[in-house]
Amino acid sequence: MNNKILNFIATLVLAIVLSFFLPWWSVMTAALTTALFIPLKKAAVFLVPFLAILLFWAIYSFILSNGNDFTLAKRIAQLLPLGGNPYVLILVTGVVGGLAAGIAATFGKQLSLAFKN
Amino acid sequence: MKYAKLVLSFLLTIGIFYVLNTKLGAVPPIGKFLNPYAGIWQNEIDESITGEVSIPGLKDKVSVHYDAQLIPHVFAQNNHDLYKAQGYLTAKHRLWQLEFQTYASAGRLSEIIGEGALNYDRTERRRGMGYGADQAISYMEKHDPETLAFVQDYADGVNAYIDQLDPKDYPVEYKLLDYQPEKWTPKKTALLLMYMTKMLAGGDDDLEYTNVLRLFGKANFDLLFPDFFDINDPVIPNETDWSFIDVPQTELPESLALLDTIRETIVKPNPDNGSNNWAISGDKSATGHPILANDPHLGLNLPAIWFVMQLSTPNHNAFGATIPGALSVISGFNQHIAWGETNATRDVIDWYKVEFNDNRTKYKYDGKWKDLTIRIEDIKIKGKENYKDTVLYTHHGPVVYDKNFKSDLELAGYAMKWVGHEGGNNQKTFLELNKAKNYDDYVNALAYWNAPAQNFVFASTDGDIALWIQGKFPNKWEGQGKFLMDGSNPENDWQSYIPQEFNAKVKNPKRGFVSSANQHPVDENYPFYVFNDGYETYRNRVINDFFTSKEKFNVEDFKNLHNNNYNLKAAELVPYMLEHMSTTGLNNKELDILSEIKSWQFNNDIDEVGPSIWRQWYGKLYNMVWDEFDLEDTALTPPYTYQTIYLLKNNGNHELMDIVETDKVETASDLFLLAFKKAAERLLEIKEEQGDYKWANYKGTYAGHLLQALPAFSRFDIPIGGDRNIVNATSENHGPSWRMIVEMTSPPTALGIYPGGQSGNPGSKYYDNFIDDWAAGKYHSLNFLQSDEATDVIIGTQTLIPAK
Repeated sequence: MNNKILNFIATLVLAIVLSFFLPWWSVMTAALTTALFIPLKKAAVFLVPFLAILLFWAIYSFILSNGNDFTLAKRIAQLLPLGGNPYVLILVTGVVGGLAAGIAATFGKQLSLAFKN
Repeated sequence: MKYAKLVLSFLLTIGIFYVLNTKLGAVPPIGKFLNPYAGIWQNEIDESITGEVSIPGLKDKVSVHYDAQLIPHVFAQNNHDLYKAQGYLTAKHRLWQLEFQTYASAGRLSEIIGEGALNYDRTERRRGMGYGADQAISYMEKHDPETLAFVQDYADGVNAYIDQLDPKDYPVEYKLLDYQPEKWTPKKTALLLMYMTKMLAGGDDDLEYTNVLRLFGKANFDLLFPDFFDINDPVIPNETDWSFIDVPQTELPESLALLDTIRETIVKPNPDNGSNNWAISGDKSATGHPILANDPHLGLNLPAIWFVMQLSTPNHNAFGATIPGALSVISGFNQHIAWGETNATRDVIDWYKVEFNDNRTKYKYDGKWKDLTIRIEDIKIKGKENYKDTVLYTHHGPVVYDKNFKSDLELAGYAMKWVGHEGGNNQKTFLELNKAKNYDDYVNALAYWNAPAQNFVFASTDGDIALWIQGKFPNKWEGQGKFLMDGSNPENDWQSYIPQEFNAKVKNPKRGFVSSANQHPVDENYPFYVFNDGYETYRNRVINDFFTSKEKFNVEDFKNLHNNNYNLKAAELVPYMLEHMSTTGLNNKELDILSEIKSWQFNNDIDEVGPSIWRQWYGKLYNMVWDEFDLEDTALTPPYTYQTIYLLKNNGNHELMDIVETDKVETASDLFLLAFKKAAERLLEIKEEQGDYKWANYKGTYAGHLLQALPAFSRFDIPIGGDRNIVNATSENHGPSWRMIVEMTSPPTALGIYPGGQSGNPGSKYYDNFIDDWAAGKYHSLNFLQSDEATDVIIGTQTLIPAK
């Protein structure tokens, strides 16, 4: 298995586990930790955890909301405002989580480089 | 340079954390808000209506059966468990609203919303809302520990729910505004009752009237604001024999109004807050059973003000509308009786000018200096330092207006005397009504009720019907409290109260029905002074005419009357205007509108254009007639609708009909034409903008979320007719907030509906699911369970069990 896949899976699993104990920023903690131990290069540093968390948040949101006919998602998508489209809200949710994770991973990468020196 | 990337990525990480974790302006903390395991996605849930929940402090098991309307039918073994369960269930379905309303009552909204609410908070505190709640609690502590214990049970129930919540379970509004629920206390119930008191008995125009008297003189004042209108169809029928009352009205002292200039006054509750109720006797009923109806008219909000429940123990079994924060059923029925309320609208607020000594520690009273007490209101503001407001208290009550608030007077202020500050045991009335078995129990229950004064309608399976106007009413001297009074003169104080047994009432009247619709309580022969506090004069006549129109009535008739859209007000003025207005100068478009209103049958149905034309026409006319009242820096209230229409028809040449701005001297018939032309102009604009001005579209009734009608959580363009002063009193954002009809079979058979839904969660299908049926004039059967058994109307049972 290459590091990208490994990092992806590790970030995802760690984020899910931490979500039971920590608030929303557990995804940042997860991404930072995996960046320290499973090094990636270039854009992948950001993109892999970004995608892992985007997927996590988007799929989980979808499952929760789908079970309730997207009742609240439609309203929140009007509030934010995203034209009342629940799928856009799910995407935004994923991107928000992904962004936080990706940025935290970038910091993790820089930290690991600093330690090596 | 080596560490530049490290530092930069660190700053970015901190930055994104901050941005996603912090509420920025109106934008919620997006990371907290949107993450799927603690944010709003966790509110995408179905209601939990099965299984077991353990609750600390319960003595016994409590069954909660839910029907398809999500109405909980509660079967407890004793009253303590019952009110614990009520607290728990109300919190479960309405937590955010429950808490928010008491924040609003206490003047604590700045804590949640920020500085924008500071003015509101100061007003509520200066009005003495917290002070009044404190008085109620200390009254209960002293005189009725039993009721206070039930209030504590309710609090324990609410807290049992709050304690088992994870932040992820908080209602979505907490997540949006980024705060947490706090512990519920008995004082919050007292605050909720104050909130009701303010809503229904918190309005008055004494200071405005003082300005009117000063500017227009006594003769005009008496003409514009008579104590009785020329017609009177009071709550207690005309020609009631009052000879049993042996306490005289307080004698008139030599007292003069103080003609101060008052710049502005505090915000008042919506004057449309009112209601209808009525009951017919068995003789008048097609089935031989009395039938009772109630529909309180309040702001249309989401979550709705009412939460419907069945609350029973082996000793009593009550069902109906509850208000989150108050115990027991407020408008409903049990196995023996049914009851409902309308606002009695009595003048229970008076204003006194008080003079202070130089360091504002004393005020003048009866020729001496009397100590002021001080209440420091410490207002927390989100993201800011606290604001401390010192409110001075006299024996009258709080000095609402002084140099620190809406007044320029250096060493004087206006103190408020309000029955809402008196403390009392209002909660007890409902606890007793829920258990009442007959007329005597009902009368005993009412005796505890101080404020807001209500017309309590009653019907029993025994065949009695009745209506008591209950409240704590000062026995005023003729004219007392119409205007600002001198607070140093003891004769101006309220001298005594009308003994409770002399409150106006009627039982089993000959006419076979009782009714109230916020009209004048009595005729002129009632021996106590009753000031015309803005009494309704239209709904009452339509209702009473309806019940004299034929011999027998049934539930179907009751439904029709609730939904009656007849606009008596328009019917009394439009024909007169059409007759007296010159139409020669009208253009074609205006003539079209004229013919539209000519063919209107005065029903405010959704597809009519007549109601919209009338609204525009009368609105413009009213402003033209009372242009003299539109002064800057002077608080004024123009006359009521009924008297305005009376004057237009009978005093059309009165000097006040003139429009000040013009050189010409206008009379009423000039105004009819001018107002019509202006109305037509606006109607054509509306047609241009929106396609038509049919009533439903023109009115655009909506149920707004309690947070400033947040569009995402509100319902707009609800297709319903009616308007204010119509039996179906639905205006833009106000109307029948609970419609109930109870037929006194054994056990009673009841219908009920309200514009909302049982769940307070905007993510629930039960959030607003009653609205469409409500608008269409439909009702839901209230499934009155007679025993703790899940019948076929029950979709789920949850059992509350004592925590070990």
